[in-house]
Amino acid sequence: MYGKKTLSAGLAALALAYTTVSVAEDTIKVGVLHSLSGTMAISETTLKDTVLMMIEAQNAKGGLLGKKLEAVVVDPASNWPLFAEKTRELLTKEEVDVIFGCWTSVSRKSVLPVIEELNGLMFYPVQYEGEESSKNVFYTGAAPNQQAIPAVDYLMQEAEIKRWVLAGTDYVYPRTTNKILEAYLKSKGVKAEDIMISYTPFGHSDWQGIVSSIKKFGSAGKATAVVSTVNGDANVPFYKELGNQGISAEDIPVVAFSVGEEELSGFDTKPLLGHLAAWNYFQSAESEANSEFISQWKAYIKDDKRVTNDPMEATYIGFNAWAKAVTKAGSTEVDAVRSSLYGIKVPNLTGGYAEVLPNHHISKPVLIGEIQADGQFEIVSQTPEVAGDAWTDHLAESAKIISNWQDPAINCGNYNKETKKCSGQKY
Amino acid sequence: MKNLIAGIVGVWLVALCGPVTAEAADNGSLRAQLQHFSGLNYRQKKAAVEGLATIESESTLPLLQALLGGEIYFSKTDNSQFYQRRESGAEVQFSPLLGDQLSPGPTAAIKPSSLRKLRVNNAVRKALRQAIAAVQLRVGSEAERLAALETMLGKLDDEAYLRLQQLQPQQSSAAVQDQFQLVLAVHQLGAADSAQRLAALGPLAGRLEPQVRAAIQQAIEAFADDRAFVAEASAALAKTEQRIGFYRFVETLFFGLSLGSVFLLAAIGLAITFGVMGVINMAHGEMIMLGAYTTYVVQLLMPAHLQYSLLVAVPAAFLVSGLFGVLIERGVIQFLHGRPLETLLATFGISLILQQLVRSVFSPLNRQVASPSWMSGAVELNPVLSLTLNRLYILAFSLLVFMLLVYLFKRTNLGLNVRAVSQNRAMAKAMGVKTGWVDALTFGLGSGVAGVAGVALSQLTNVGPNLGQSYIIDSFMVVVFGGVGNLIGTLVGAFSLGVANKFLEPLTGAVMANILVLVFIILFIQKRPQGLFPQRGRAAE
Amino acid sequence: MTSLYQRLSKLRGHGNVSSAVLVILLFTSVYASVCNLLLPEDSVFYVSTYTITLLGKYLCFAMLALAVDVIWGYCGILSLGHGAFFALGGYGMGMYLMRQVGDRGVYGHPELPDFMVFLNWQQLPWYWQGMDMFWFALLMILLVPGLLAFVFGALAFRSRVTGVYLSIMTQALTYALMLAFFRNEMGFGGNNGLTDFKDILGYNLQADGTRVSLFIITAFCLAMAFLLSRSIMQSRFGRVVLAIRDAEPRSRFVGYRVERYKLWLFVYSALLAALAGALYVPQVGIINPGEFAPLNSIEVVVWVAVGGRGTLYGAIIGALLVNYAKTRFTAIWPDAWLFMLGALFVFITVFLPQGLSAYVAAKWQQYRHAKSTSKGAQHEPC
Repeated sequence: MYGKKTLSAGLAALALAYTTVSVAEDTIKVGVLHSLSGTMAISETTLKDTVLMMIEAQNAKGGLLGKKLEAVVVDPASNWPLFAEKTRELLTKEEVDVIFGCWTSVSRKSVLPVIEELNGLMFYPVQYEGEESSKNVFYTGAAPNQQAIPAVDYLMQEAEIKRWVLAGTDYVYPRTTNKILEAYLKSKGVKAEDIMISYTPFGHSDWQGIVSSIKKFGSAGKATAVVSTVNGDANVPFYKELGNQGISAEDIPVVAFSVGEEELSGFDTKPLLGHLAAWNYFQSAESEANSEFISQWKAYIKDDKRVTNDPMEATYIGFNAWAKAVTKAGSTEVDAVRSSLYGIKVPNLTGGYAEVLPNHHISKPVLIGEIQADGQFEIVSQTPEVAGDAWTDHLAESAKIISNWQDPAINCGNYNKETKKCSGQKY
Repeated sequence: MKNLIAGIVGVWLVALCGPVTAEAADNGSLRAQLQHFSGLNYRQKKAAVEGLATIESESTLPLLQALLGGEIYFSKTDNSQFYQRRESGAEVQFSPLLGDQLSPGPTAAIKPSSLRKLRVNNAVRKALRQAIAAVQLRVGSEAERLAALETMLGKLDDEAYLRLQQLQPQQSSAAVQDQFQLVLAVHQLGAADSAQRLAALGPLAGRLEPQVRAAIQQAIEAFADDRAFVAEASAALAKTEQRIGFYRFVETLFFGLSLGSVFLLAAIGLAITFGVMGVINMAHGEMIMLGAYTTYVVQLLMPAHLQYSLLVAVPAAFLVSGLFGVLIERGVIQFLHGRPLETLLATFGISLILQQLVRSVFSPLNRQVASPSWMSGAVELNPVLSLTLNRLYILAFSLLVFMLLVYLFKRTNLGLNVRAVSQNRAMAKAMGVKTGWVDALTFGLGSGVAGVAGVALSQLTNVGPNLGQSYIIDSFMVVVFGGVGNLIGTLVGAFSLGVANKFLEPLTGAVMANILVLVFIILFIQKRPQGLFPQRGRAAE
Repeated sequence: MTSLYQRLSKLRGHGNVSSAVLVILLFTSVYASVCNLLLPEDSVFYVSTYTITLLGKYLCFAMLALAVDVIWGYCGILSLGHGAFFALGGYGMGMYLMRQVGDRGVYGHPELPDFMVFLNWQQLPWYWQGMDMFWFALLMILLVPGLLAFVFGALAFRSRVTGVYLSIMTQALTYALMLAFFRNEMGFGGNNGLTDFKDILGYNLQADGTRVSLFIITAFCLAMAFLLSRSIMQSRFGRVVLAIRDAEPRSRFVGYRVERYKLWLFVYSALLAALAGALYVPQVGIINPGEFAPLNSIEVVVWVAVGGRGTLYGAIIGALLVNYAKTRFTAIWPDAWLFMLGALFVFITVFLPQGLSAYVAAKWQQYRHAKSTSKGAQHEPC
């Protein structure tokens, strides 16, 4: 009996000691959830470095709310279940105040249930297929209406394209984007036989047959373009094959949504001259903020040849919006930060402003760039800021749905305008 | 809200700087025209190209070509000062364009930051190309005129048609005359007069050019009520389609053989280590990767001689991968003799280490390996069938490697020893063959050949840490399918799988074709566990 | 005779370790559950939900390792495709959980999962029918992988595809399945797989109670699988299996239908893997085609090799050790993890072919032997 008592007393003392230690350090913890190993490390490592750079810069300015920021970096190793596990670790063990992370849709989908359960806050910096608006995630990359549709509009008007090849890697983003584009093109009077859709697996390396059929499709006497949602590794052999089969940008321009400066740094871009990409940011954008950002990045990474790209800008915007909201709310508490985020405007890197919208997306300009011989893009078109639309208007099921987390009457990420109900979500 | 967003979507052009002065537009000098041109937006530029091209001056053609190449710059402070960028080696220089007619002067020391590029986009480039063709048709050599006509095929407007008609009688060469007739006939298909249309069909029947086919197709649609013409045109089209069908078949066959050659290169090293030595080398893919990275390093070391880099890279990659192979054999595999499953695991571990090594040394990003100019482009046999050069070279190269290996195994002492050891190790040892030495050499050879395959693959796909992984399963399939211990089997296996894949692809899509081929091999092996060409002899079990 | 005696005595020795493994398994699971549910969060002994799900995941992996060990360690069949059975089991459970979402998906469709709605599927494909019933889903979880293993095994063992050929074929099998499941036309959610589950048998998946229950069920299943595998290996069937491993042609000549033994063992192993997959999915909350990746299957083999194949507890220990190391090292030093994993492969196969457990057992024997000889060997060590 006596022994038991001493034991529990000792335990209590230990527990006390433990808790005091964890309270002693008063910092704002920022979780970084990007794969540092595995297949996605190629792209995601850059974003980890971007967040670390932003944190360093913010700390140099004196941190936030008088506290220093502290980065907690974890490696989900391109393993999707691991994303969920690491999110739980960040939120419960490390008790971070915000997370910057994810690249692929599947990693975001994996994180979603955990971050909603634990009421965390995440900024997601990559263009994606839309059809989602979580209470706990802010999407600073492009929704389909901020990338795909303006790009098609550009081709329709500038290059008078009549025939379309929608080529993509077989996963959700291309599938959804192509569904939306198909509906959009048909609404613009393009006939079904003038649209060719082709899907290839991840890392597809033998493009002979597909490029040849694109060539065949494009030789019907109408101006033809390829809208490419081909992802990552498959792009190099795709463009090489295009070049070798003699398809130039003047014959059949290819507009890509997943090829940016960083991807081009692994290419010999001479045969690609004039092919297009649509993003919300290019390194070649002329603005003061951008040249400052570029030199900051080059100095931070200690490599003069490193390039900047669109997801980096999205990270930049997300971080600044969060920092501003924290200052405005005077707290890092998730709900307070969330409600002060709505309507916040921060400068983007293309000379304009990004506004955080009640549907957790942001407003972004759409830029179309032509690939240059030096691996950079020459901007040939730029729209004013377009508001990000979580639920596309071009698919029947999702046209009924809207998202608004600010309006207390809706307060939902998927509010059905017809049934006036918010399905599924349990908040 | 949503409609609003959709409504906003539109195109805003990047307005280039510089006020457009009214008098510049009427002025006939090239400089004034260019100054006017530089102030326009892309759509206006496209329309203005023709104005630029009509000025008859020596400098017109070079200027149009420079514009097409994006070489023209103007001063940020004075938009009437033009410069042309010139590259000599790695150095970039600017030479001012002098006088009213913009004749290029000597290079001047000027800061690139004080200049602005005269931008053109795809649409403008397209117009420039037509304009250049028009000028070349007037003043160019025979070859240039032929090329110009090809550019113009199917793209004539009525005005250009009339101009072309005037030019035709001046042509002396029969080839140019022919081409003229073709270009004009394509335009005549759109004529209002039925007899003229019918007459135009004559020279067009059986032509393979896609522009010709498209024009006939459009004419059929446009004049659907002209029965006689439609019948004639459809017959002409059907005739071409038949020929095209044949060429498409040849093309698919070539694609299949080309994929097969990639399989062959990737698998043949494995056929040696697996087939002859019985060692499962899961690090085989990484040997390919090392070969590809060797190519990258070789190109880094000799940037001025890219043309020859591959010739250097082939032996270099063979040595690097071969050396790694010998190291792996001596360091690990020799301790695991007779335990094939263990070698599988150990070499898998090695493959992980090598991948991570490459990631640490070269960064996880893909590396850029340039293609020498002699490997880019295609051999155009006719307008519908062209074979890409890099694939042709790789096909030939794979066969060359194959023949060398067959020779090595059948005709040399080393080959004799290898075969002896693979057939009966104990007996070979008793006869005085240094089996350890032979093992190391064989493994080195297999790995070296994988490295050579890496050089070839660097010309087709990404050079990154995952390069090897994407080929390892296919390579195993090829070797197992062809029959272990048999180089001919590997050859037949590689090409038949490649061809099967490519003929299935149009029917089922790329992924399904891949899956079907895999399932086929799995079933095939259940039926014939020894593969296509089983090893003869009593040692089979 | 002597070899039989040695083997028997070895088994008895294993019996002791086995009981120890069971006791530890039982103790940790009860301890962790009690500490998670009953203690307040700020207590030192509080076990966080994070730890519970982590442990649950490890136990599923341990079960998968057990499945691989049963055929590799005891029958010499090296399967590089067991991830396929694991993933198929996982997909079965995922389909059940997906159907449980019902009309609570983002589009509020009464029947179709979200991914089908936005890819314009009009109705539920036939193979999704019935998956809303737990018993049916459970049946499918076992039936589909079992049937695949049966067909594949029947074909392969009958035509005597053995050794490395079999390994490569199993790898091709899982690779083909991976490519197939990546296809969106398959109706399994493509690359994104199945995720955003709500509840299982009416219990909220995000509640701590459900998590702990799942964890306890996993521990229980693992213990059962362990006991069952042990009794199989100790039965007459198990003896024949061992004989096949050590001398397949001889067993055949003696008159055993070798392929039947191999086939049933293979199917049993596939069922274990499938069950592990089914338990894994509700705990990690996602299943996607990445689980079919050949790399995953090979990693399982390494767990077994590290722990020690041919001993059931070795597989479990190996799986737990390597996964714990992975969790630790990918957090501390991500770049080094692949180097370490690779080196582990090489080191274990070259220096410790029987794995850590055999090494420890040998050292232990040595120690006991030294002790008993110094005492004067009166007592037979048991």
